[in-house]
Amino acid sequence: MRHGYDDPKPRVGFFTDTSVCIGCKACEVACKEWNQIPDSNQGFTGHSYDNTVDLGADTWRHVAFIEQRVPVDADGGASLVEAAERGGLVESSGVATYQEGDGLRWLMSSDVCKHCTEAACLEVCPTGALFRTEFGTVVVQEDVCNGCGYCVSACPFGVLDRREGDGRVWKCTLCYDRLKDDREPACAQACPTNSIQFGEVDELRERAEQRLAKLRDDGQSEARLYLADEEDGIGGAGAFFLLLDEPEVYGLPPDPVDSRRHLGSIWAATGAAAAALGAGLVAAVFGGR
Amino acid sequence: MSEDGTRSYYGQPVIKEPVWSPEIPAYLFTGGLAGASAGLAYLAGLRGDEELARRAWIAAGAGVSASPLLLISDLGVPRRFLNMLRMFKVTSPMSVGSWILSASGLATSVATANAVTGALPRAAAAARPAAALLGLPLSTYTAALLTNTAIPVWHEARGVLAFVFAGGSAASAGAVAVAVTPPRHAGPARRVAVGGAAAELIALAAMERRLGELGEPLRSGRAGTLNRLAKGITLAGAAVIGARAGRSRAAAVAGGAILAAGTLAERWAIFRAGFQSAADPKYVVGPQRRRIEEGTARGGSRQAPRLASA
Repeated sequence: MRHGYDDPKPRVGFFTDTSVCIGCKACEVACKEWNQIPDSNQGFTGHSYDNTVDLGADTWRHVAFIEQRVPVDADGGASLVEAAERGGLVESSGVATYQEGDGLRWLMSSDVCKHCTEAACLEVCPTGALFRTEFGTVVVQEDVCNGCGYCVSACPFGVLDRREGDGRVWKCTLCYDRLKDDREPACAQACPTNSIQFGEVDELRERAEQRLAKLRDDGQSEARLYLADEEDGIGGAGAFFLLLDEPEVYGLPPDPVDSRRHLGSIWAATGAAAAALGAGLVAAVFGGR
Repeated sequence: MSEDGTRSYYGQPVIKEPVWSPEIPAYLFTGGLAGASAGLAYLAGLRGDEELARRAWIAAGAGVSASPLLLISDLGVPRRFLNMLRMFKVTSPMSVGSWILSASGLATSVATANAVTGALPRAAAAARPAAALLGLPLSTYTAALLTNTAIPVWHEARGVLAFVFAGGSAASAGAVAVAVTPPRHAGPARRVAVGGAAAELIALAAMERRLGELGEPLRSGRAGTLNRLAKGITLAGAAVIGARAGRSRAAAVAGGAILAAGTLAERWAIFRAGFQSAADPKYVVGPQRRRIEEGTARGGSRQAPRLASA
């Protein structure tokens, strides 16, 4: 009976393992091609190899590039290269996302709509254009959306945006059309390193835990899972990540919260203020001489 | 890393700035004006101040007429405005507000039409209390609309913003009524104007204290300038009304106009501050990082693996 479906499918999503992302942007291209998304900014940002800038109406996958010169081993202060020489990190874990030789660490991560368990965009949508599919994903119906823009301000990840010249809001559908046809989303299919893994969320979470344990065993103490369980502010995500630094380094919020969690107090304040206004008006109108 | 120690991705925003245009702060004003004017008109009518009641109904009618036009004009696809009434969703203040505005618009229009023409006495008798009552949430639900978002300065003001808007609504309704009503009939309107302005300024001070560091967008940049300006104008308008509007029609018109402008400017300042707080990642990341450091939230990430077998 999940979300009112008589016959719900298992919840599906992405596990994006950024430790094996090579920054090829095949996901971005495959997404644009399959979903026929209009082209976006073709300029150069100077932000490493990232010229896509962010997620938005016309960018449903965005590969972030972060160049760092930081000690990898927090205890010893060694660079990753040294750590790799010491522990054979590359051979045993497959972590090879770093420039060799100069101690420069290069983080890459393909960002996407998180398809939150508690999705603020869906909850604030006044028209019902945003809905939860039978796969547990969050999708905008373009024939219903009237471009009110509430979801844009509600999303704690800055995923949704209004498309210029169109007026409606667009975002990742987790390839709803392909899911209905038992195919994996275009980005996951195109990913050459399996950094983007598609599957049932329960199974992906297990896989993510194993990967995290493996990396930590191999000395990658900065590895962490992001949005991979129910104990965060959005009840977990359908699309979650393995990161090698704090979320904000990738442009992700460290503690995203679905604003609905505060909706009770918000309505209470609204009601109290309305009552106070009523009382104030009565006092002012009848209180004079 | 920015100078205050917040880490970010090339200083880029974490969340999107709102896509809302200046129609929205204008609506925050017209909606509040309509809502509180309906209450003022109804109560003035009960008190027997027909001159004041009629003018306040006209102000309320003007407010509820302008409001949907402003809202529709802000939509990405204006011709789909009726989709707002496809469903009623309590999780969406915009949905709730669309219904409040629709119902209040209907009731207020009937009451206003009768106040002007006298043609609908029986319908108006039912419409007047309904419009007055619906005007209260119409004045304050917009605070729920703004605070139920990821925009830091709005969301963190969630306990207080509704009171700012309640005060501002009363102030604007009183101000407009003072400006258009002969002074000898406008006593209640003057008290509503001055009392509303005082309530708005007090609630604003409480809000800025509550926001603490996060209130910076209300003190800096364009929103900061607007905020200071708005408070000054509001204070000046209320002072003119309080001191002179009882005796001088000219002072009433000037004071009413000044105070109304002040409440409009305050809505605009709060609106713009939201944009400023969305644009700078330090306002988004900073408070979240603090929640994690203080231990009040675990945050989105976890470094310890959870293995079924281990």
